[in-house]
Amino acid sequence: MQGAAGTRAGAPPLDEGARRVGEVILAVEGVSLSFGGVKALTNVSFDVREHEVRAIIGPNGAGKSSMLNVINGVYHPQEGKIRYLGREFRDMDSHEVAQSGIARTFQSLALFKGMTVLDNIMAGRNLKMRTNLLLQALRIGPALREELEHREAVERIIDFLEIQAYRKVPVGRLPYGLQKRVDLARALAMEPRMLLLDEPMAGMNMEEKQDMCRFILDVNDQFGTTIVLIEHDMGVVMDISDRVVVLDYGKKIGDGTPDEVRANKAVIDAYLGVSH
Amino acid sequence: MRRHWPVLALGTALLIGLALPLATGAAPVGFYVEVLLGGLMTGVLYSLVALGFALIFKASGVFNFAQGAMVLFAALAVARIAEHVPLWAAILLGMVIMTALAWVIERLVLRPLVNQEGVALLMATLGVTYFLDGFGQTVWGSDIYKIELGIAKEPVMILPDVFQGGILVNKEDFVAAMVAALLVGGLVLFFQKTATGRALRAVADDHQAAQSIGIPLNRIWVIVWAVAGFVALVAGVIWGSQLGVQFSLAQVALKALPVVILGGFTSIAGAIVGGLIIGVGEKMAEVFLGPVLVKAFDLAGGGIENWFAYVLALLFLLVRPEGLFGEKHIDRV
Repeated sequence: MQGAAGTRAGAPPLDEGARRVGEVILAVEGVSLSFGGVKALTNVSFDVREHEVRAIIGPNGAGKSSMLNVINGVYHPQEGKIRYLGREFRDMDSHEVAQSGIARTFQSLALFKGMTVLDNIMAGRNLKMRTNLLLQALRIGPALREELEHREAVERIIDFLEIQAYRKVPVGRLPYGLQKRVDLARALAMEPRMLLLDEPMAGMNMEEKQDMCRFILDVNDQFGTTIVLIEHDMGVVMDISDRVVVLDYGKKIGDGTPDEVRANKAVIDAYLGVSH
Repeated sequence: MRRHWPVLALGTALLIGLALPLATGAAPVGFYVEVLLGGLMTGVLYSLVALGFALIFKASGVFNFAQGAMVLFAALAVARIAEHVPLWAAILLGMVIMTALAWVIERLVLRPLVNQEGVALLMATLGVTYFLDGFGQTVWGSDIYKIELGIAKEPVMILPDVFQGGILVNKEDFVAAMVAALLVGGLVLFFQKTATGRALRAVADDHQAAQSIGIPLNRIWVIVWAVAGFVALVAGVIWGSQLGVQFSLAQVALKALPVVILGGFTSIAGAIVGGLIIGVGEKMAEVFLGPVLVKAFDLAGGGIENWFAYVLALLFLLVRPEGLFGEKHIDRV
């Protein structure tokens, strides 16, 4: 896939002045996860640096989603550790992970379908709401001010993702591509330090994919948000990522810049198949 | 294409039934309005209990069979505590007890059963029902107790100039209906306008997504069950003051079941409108349809109030299973 970020792939991924890639903020160390007898992940380790775009790729059933769910606190790995900002968490629940500044989107959309686009994104500000219930219900004093502040932040996100026209539409009625965008908007509303994207391009046509690439890169550029994304479509990933982890059958088979990964024999075999 | 005619036919039949007593002159206007008001006032109480059902179903996907038992339990608690302290204090203490109960239910019943089949959770609430029925009697006793709201029970005549003979309204009923209506309004405000309300709606829509934006599921469940307990308490106090606090309260509260079927399990508006429809419907049926049936088929008559709501709910299930305001589920197969 060319277009949006075609020029980025060839550039040196780290130490690129303008994009201030920083210290390691997330380290996955020897994580293993199994469901009953099925091993979803086996001894997987990698790290994520601040402000970078980090991709996890692999064929179907490689354990990509499991990996994301482990980082997100949905699954708790049987072995290994996850260190985020120097803090170790193994048994953190999803909402605690969210509180520590990690937002996510979902592969199979998990939006609040009955609620409007605006309410969905406002829900993303939930953690930042401080005033008490009674004031909120009556819309007076500090509560009104707070609601307005959050509305402003949400409006900026709505502008950013170009969904102004759909504010009051219940999300369930929007076409798929736009729902994906609302999903991203809700995650952005949390002002996360790290954003996990679960197959953000899945099921999209070329044009929608290009838009999504542009949004992801813009988020990364403008807000400095660290991005970890899972993707099936290898072309897209190579264009927008700084570094790529490749999983196959729950094991890590490659890790490095897009160019390194592309040249990796094991990766090529996993994707194209190999005759034994 | 969806077929609308069965719904329209049912709606039209109900409206005709509603208008018939007036149109045929079977009832004087004043009396008709009196029955209508009576129905609306009972209806508001049904709405209140139905709201309890809808709240819990929305937020946790649990069909809470124990709602009726919670009404009885709360009423018993308030009635017995009020023997020692003023009523307002008893109600306050009752609220504390219902909140504690919500917390215990979340800890011991909901949390261990999270992600289980709906049927398992339904059975669990059935268990809670019988536990509460029995436990309530163990703690509070099994006699019939009184709650005195301190409002005159004599009927008051209103609008004697407009209608011949005026309209008789029971003052206590009226106050109760107002309180219930206020509470319903307050809950709607809470749900639609506050951040916590938004969080509740979010949890109702998608558990996983709600967690991913930092909404703690367990705390939300405690809040929802506490609110449902609070609603049960108000309904229990009002009904208790009218009927006496006794075992049959739990049965009366189950009238909220046809209400949620009619209104739609997930809809707050549905619970409100459904309650009013059932309240008015059964009063009208009792007063106007009853005598007609007696005359036509030589029946003993009476008792229509007890089954009308359920038959109406059944008819709705046939023509519109998702209820008036419920979400339609289209499942991929």
